[in-house]
Order: sequence, then C-alpha cells, then structure tokens
Amino acid sequence: MTTPEPRAPRDQESWARPVDRLSTTAKSSGVDTVTGKRVSGPLQGFGQMWQKTFKVRLDGVALDPEGVVTHWKAGFPSFWPKGATFYAPLAGITPGEVALLEVAPVPGSPVKMSTGVLVIYADRESFTFMTPEGHALSAWITFSAYREGDATVAQAQALERTSDPFIELSYMFGANKANDRFWEQTLTNLATSLGVAAPVVEAQKVCVDKRRQWHYVRNLRHSAAVNMAVGTVTAPARWVRRRRVAD
Amino acid sequence: MTDTTVDVTRDGSTAILRIHGEITGGSEPPIMAAYAEAGDARSIVLDFSQLDYMNSGGIGLLVTLLVRTQRAGQKLLAVGLSEHYRQILALTRLDEAIAIHDDESTALAAAASA
Repeated sequence: MTTPEPRAPRDQESWARPVDRLSTTAKSSGVDTVTGKRVSGPLQGFGQMWQKTFKVRLDGVALDPEGVVTHWKAGFPSFWPKGATFYAPLAGITPGEVALLEVAPVPGSPVKMSTGVLVIYADRESFTFMTPEGHALSAWITFSAYREGDATVAQAQALERTSDPFIELSYMFGANKANDRFWEQTLTNLATSLGVAAPVVEAQKVCVDKRRQWHYVRNLRHSAAVNMAVGTVTAPARWVRRRRVAD
Repeated sequence: MTDTTVDVTRDGSTAILRIHGEITGGSEPPIMAAYAEAGDARSIVLDFSQLDYMNSGGIGLLVTLLVRTQRAGQKLLAVGLSEHYRQILALTRLDEAIAIHDDESTALAAAASA
C-alpha cells in the first residue's frame, strides 16, 4: 500500500518564499535603496507597536470582495495620495515581488525618500506587504475586502513599529497622524474610483506594545531617511570636491 | 466565520496549545481563550501539526500572542510545523522570536530549562 502524498496546504500559493536579500524588477526615478536589504517586520522595529485599521463601506458598489481586491491590485499606484509614488514590479502584486516607493519622510517634505515593500502574501481577497530595512516603518500592511451586511468593505490594516528613534520622534510630533491620513486618503480614492459618492473612512488604532525595542537603535544604519538627509546636507561639499578634481 | 479550535493541556509549568484547522485574523477568540486557559504557565508551546491554512492575518495574530507572552515573561515555542509553515515563519522573521522545535519532547525540555 503506498503512502498518500501529504495534502498541500490551501495557502501554499499565496505566500512568498523566504528571501535572504531583496531584489526588484520595478523601476523608479529615485535611488534603489531596497536591493540587497533584508525584510524588517514589526518584530524588528524600534518604536511602540501599533495596529491600525482603516475601513470604508462601498455602498452601492456591485463588486464582491474578490472584485474589489482585483480592482485594487490592478490600480494600486493610482489610489495613492499625491506626493507619493508606488512603482509596481513587472509581475504586479504577486507573492515574492518587490515594489519601489517614493514617499515624503515627514509631512510636507519636498524631498522624497526612496524605499520599497515585499509582497509576502496575496490571495483573491487580500494582499500583504512587508517593509525592508531602511523603510521608516518596520511593518506588515494587509489590504482586503469582505462582505458586511449588504455591502462590501475595503480595509487596510497595518501592524507597525517605527524603525528607528528619529522616526519615532517624528511620529510623536505629527508624523503618526500624517501616516493615518495617507491611508484614509488611499481608501477614499479607492472608494471614489468605484463610484462611491461620499466615502467615509473609519479608523481604529490600538497600541499593541507600549515598549520600545532599544536594541533596534541599530536600524539607523539602514535608514533611507537618514541616508537621504546626510546626502542632502553633504551634497554641496561633494559638488565642490568634484569641481576641484575636474579642475 | 473562521474554522479554528484549540485544545489546551499542561505539562508541569508548560501549557501546550494544539491548534486545529486554520489561523486567520478571525481566529483571535479561540486562540486568546486558549491562551487565557494556559493561566500561569511559564512557557507556551504552540502545536501546529493539525494546521491546514494560515493567511497573513493569522501571522498578525501570532505576533499579538507573542507580545502578550513577552509582557507576561513567558516563553513561546512552536512544534509540528511543516516545511511550508517553517518557511512562513522565516519569511516574516517570526522565527527570531518564537523558538521552533522538531518535536514536542524537545520543546518541553527546552521550556523546562528556560
């Protein structure tokens, strides 16, 4: 009698494979700060851990959850607020792919920080990103849709810590709320694209862990924001040096 | 509606939570009820051998459980992980915080020496 093959788990195709160092097929206009980096989730961040849930009811929209998520994946970059750019990988939002991002490190900053995300999970009704070393946050964020009564609800839920003390400080002085507004606007844009006249986004924030992880101060060495700031400050000196060499 | 059941047994100061079915974000009530039933255990062993589905919401739930055990000064260990679920814990770097063991006796020995 032959031994039956063990059944493959139902989620087998939805998860990315573990990866030691990231690489991407996405092309951005900024610097690629992601290639060669490791992923960094909420266990590897510095700041307090927050669970943030943003949801919007898609009243009057005929699409089921799978239809909403298909629409969301296909148009994902277009739903981002102005001032931030999402460069999708060639294969789209599928497990294992890495997207590049350009975002303002603090609200209103004219200078953009280049970073990215790994798609760690994607099925018909949800997809999840995980941040790399250097991102302002060490986080997972899941985008999903589900039925609630007679409507489909679209939701973005993040489990996050800030990556380093500078970002944690900025979060204490307004960047946390600005991050919330980013996702509220994203859901508003998604709902509007589906024909919802006056979308109302509900937000819920829970501090899952008040402790800061001081041994992750070392994340500063990867910080895209710090590297960008150092690059900006030293740019004039580097320009002068190049001129002297040229002369 | 999520399909998760959890059986709780004790081995000295270690509680073993045997998870059946799936772990999703909706599994919070049965998982946290089982954790509460573990009471003052010094170590918690999660047995995943009867797990047949976990999505990213389930991973988030494991992090929430991990934070609670850390706050309580408890150690969290895992056994019964198939290669597929070991890879998921490696992908999400949860394996840096949850000690993974090949079998229950090894996990119980590790828990006892913690």
